[in-house]
Amino acid sequence: MRDGNSQAQGSIDTGSGPGAQPTRSRVARFNISLEKAAGSLFLWPAVLVVLLLAVFPLILSLYLSLSRLKFVKGGFDIKFIGLANYRKLIAGSEKTHFLGVFSEPSALGWLIMAVAVAIILYALYRYVRGPDASLMGLFWRALSSVIGAGLLWLVVITLSPGGRPGTSVVTLFYVFAGLFIQYVLGLGLALLTTQRLPGRRFFRVVFLLPMMITPVGVAYMFRMLTDTSKGPFNPIWAAIGLTNFSWVNDPWGARLAVLIGDVWQWTPFMFIVLLAALEGQSTEQVEAALVDGANRWQIFRFITFPQILPVSTTVILIRMIEAFKIIDLPNVLTNGGPGTATESLTLHAFIAWRTLDLGGSAAIAYLLLLLVTFIALTYVSYVRRGVGEL
Amino acid sequence: MNRKLQIFAAFLVVLALLLSACAAPAPPAAEQPAPAAGEEAAAPAAAALPFEGVEVNIITFTGPQIAEPLQRRAPDFQKLTGAKVNVVTVPFSDLYQKVLTDLATGTNSFDGFVFAPQWMVDYIVPGYLEDLTDRVANDEQIQWDDIAPFFRDFSATFNGRIYTIPLDGDFQMVYFRKDVLEAAGLNPPETWEDYLNIAAAVHGQDMNGDGEPDYGSCISKKRGAQAYWMVWSVAAAFLQSQGTSQGSFFDQDTFTPLTNNEAFAKALELYKATTDYGPPDELNLDVGDTRGLFTSGRCALSIDWGDIGTLAIDPETSVVQDKVGAVILPGTPQVLDRATGSLVDCDENTCPYAVNGINHAPFAAFGGWSGAINAAADPKVKDAAYAFFSYMSAPEQSNEDVTIGITGFNPYRTSQFENLELWIKAGMSEQAAKDYLGAIKDSLNSPNMVLDLRIPQNQRYQQVVLDTAIAQYLAGELTLEQTMQKIYDGWEEITNELGREEQRDAYLSTLNVTR
Repeated sequence: MRDGNSQAQGSIDTGSGPGAQPTRSRVARFNISLEKAAGSLFLWPAVLVVLLLAVFPLILSLYLSLSRLKFVKGGFDIKFIGLANYRKLIAGSEKTHFLGVFSEPSALGWLIMAVAVAIILYALYRYVRGPDASLMGLFWRALSSVIGAGLLWLVVITLSPGGRPGTSVVTLFYVFAGLFIQYVLGLGLALLTTQRLPGRRFFRVVFLLPMMITPVGVAYMFRMLTDTSKGPFNPIWAAIGLTNFSWVNDPWGARLAVLIGDVWQWTPFMFIVLLAALEGQSTEQVEAALVDGANRWQIFRFITFPQILPVSTTVILIRMIEAFKIIDLPNVLTNGGPGTATESLTLHAFIAWRTLDLGGSAAIAYLLLLLVTFIALTYVSYVRRGVGEL
Repeated sequence: MNRKLQIFAAFLVVLALLLSACAAPAPPAAEQPAPAAGEEAAAPAAAALPFEGVEVNIITFTGPQIAEPLQRRAPDFQKLTGAKVNVVTVPFSDLYQKVLTDLATGTNSFDGFVFAPQWMVDYIVPGYLEDLTDRVANDEQIQWDDIAPFFRDFSATFNGRIYTIPLDGDFQMVYFRKDVLEAAGLNPPETWEDYLNIAAAVHGQDMNGDGEPDYGSCISKKRGAQAYWMVWSVAAAFLQSQGTSQGSFFDQDTFTPLTNNEAFAKALELYKATTDYGPPDELNLDVGDTRGLFTSGRCALSIDWGDIGTLAIDPETSVVQDKVGAVILPGTPQVLDRATGSLVDCDENTCPYAVNGINHAPFAAFGGWSGAINAAADPKVKDAAYAFFSYMSAPEQSNEDVTIGITGFNPYRTSQFENLELWIKAGMSEQAAKDYLGAIKDSLNSPNMVLDLRIPQNQRYQQVVLDTAIAQYLAGELTLEQTMQKIYDGWEEITNELGREEQRDAYLSTLNVTR
């Protein structure tokens, strides 16, 4: 620093000659302040861009979600209406669409709920008795437990006989059923391609292809595949007597068609990341285990799986956040139908937006943001942190 | 030293970039007069053509129908007048709001619109559409008096002024396969019960000789498409029996919806029952799909606008040439008593317009695709856009277009109804032409014709609330009672938001129109 200063002064000296003393110190001071400010100067453009492109729309859409768009003479008017849009979704005319139709839980529903509550209470008990218990920690744990149990309760009462899942529950179904199948399939394929099988290089590339296709293309392809009267699988459907059956007429058939399309497209993502994790694991432990006489399952369970667990949890997190935004497949494949059976939250928001209900659309988007943030944060704090301690 | 200089230099670079970025908008502003000068220079060179160098952007829905004739005739129009017409298309469910947002935000990227005339109230009241009354009065080419009075005075007109140019005439009808019904010894349907019985009787027969069982009835029931008019075609006869001015959507005094009563329940049950005799994926079929099924010989019955009639004569796609009959929408021997909400038998008081004791209520669904002009467009562009719509609607073009199935244009001019030659030349047999035009004329001349909803924000009532509830009902997500309640509540919510009195006045003023 000192060196730099003296050099700067020297060069100015030679340039300005006698009488330059005050100027020199002013320039020097300017330089110093400039250097101090340099960090923020370079940072500001980026911060401005982020503010403009991310934070500003976020705040504006929050305001939109509290307002109603009205077309008036010569233009439009955005009128503040408080929480009316949220009230409509949670307790008003959109409740059955957003949350679903509730019914008395079945015996299985009660059982699932009882087990879940027991697990949550046990976890809380363990935390309180543990060494790191704090009041703040307990508060957050209790809060997330209540919200988590509430979400599970919503799933149980809308999926029980007589109930009907709304767009929020359908989205949770796409996310969790999709994640589970994609992870299992992706891991299976990755394990297969790490074996010394003929043609494994070829299959590594082939397995990746679905990910490269645009989701709208995938949706159109599945629309053809699920067509039982004209589609390419028609002979197969006819052979098993399904010519007069349509996937998209039955709510669960249609949801399943969307789920299969999503799994087909996104399993490769799981596959490629897990493959990299499997290839990157150290072989010494495996060799040592082999010498000790461990069988294949034991090697996978106690050596391979723990090694790929951190990567697994990360890839599940990324995929989970992405999966909440599913829209292309249900929109093209079924238009959200039959009825509203395959609508995801994003499609629900999109349809509201398309009918110029900008406030309602923003409210759905905000509730989706809260849901994703809650689930992602819970996942990070309980699962990923737990894995990190392994 | 180096580091300081670097920082200083970088600062200067950033400053320079910022300055240049801020200054950037200036040059285009300075250049703006240039194109104008260019236009002036080009104008004398092509004085022969009135609209040389003028570009008109028109928005309509993703065809092929409706967009096809506009796109096909645009180059001919350019040769005649010099104006270049660009046709932009969006999905049907996006059209209403695309037009509205473009106008309301002042974007004005479109100079002309081809849309459903029932939406025009939402565009006219804020002053977005050009009043075309004087232009029409001074235009001989368009032959305004040849356009049937209903389309001229109701579809194209608002508060006595003309705002749209009809390009298409719309009535829903029932199409049937003459050969299939004859073979089964059945007559065309007179009531909706007949419709259901015929569908049930012939469902599963092979109707096109490919060895596969075909369907009794094909109705477009896809959500987010044009299906919500179909259910009203069934319901209308149950709801309206006292003539056109009675209206079929709301009670005239209280402006409460007529969607929560025995009559509407009966209509919904019948409508849902047709699904049993339809293709397995009927809930996902758009009108384009049902038309394709019908012309490929897979359906015995269908509800549609005039399109199937002309599509059926296309030798390239149709296997049912001369096998298609059309009748006015079936009716019902029982109608709604608005005082009690119950179904009552037809007599001379309850159904003054009944034929053979059956109340028919042909539904002028949609009103026919029509062209309108953006009031904010450049005067020269407005002239060119009007000239284009006038050219499209003039009998020389229109009388040919309405006989071609792919255009989606159906007859709306008196000359088109009266001149059988047009239709025979296009490939219809004389009998088929008589059947087809007869069904449309019966609908058009019916004193109990049902007008489509034309109150402010009718798109929300129909395309949002009605469409979603019906889709949920057909999918089994809602029971009959829940569906009726949902439509009732949804419509009341909109009415309460927009003001009951204003909506009621608007509704009554559309009904009192003299035809």
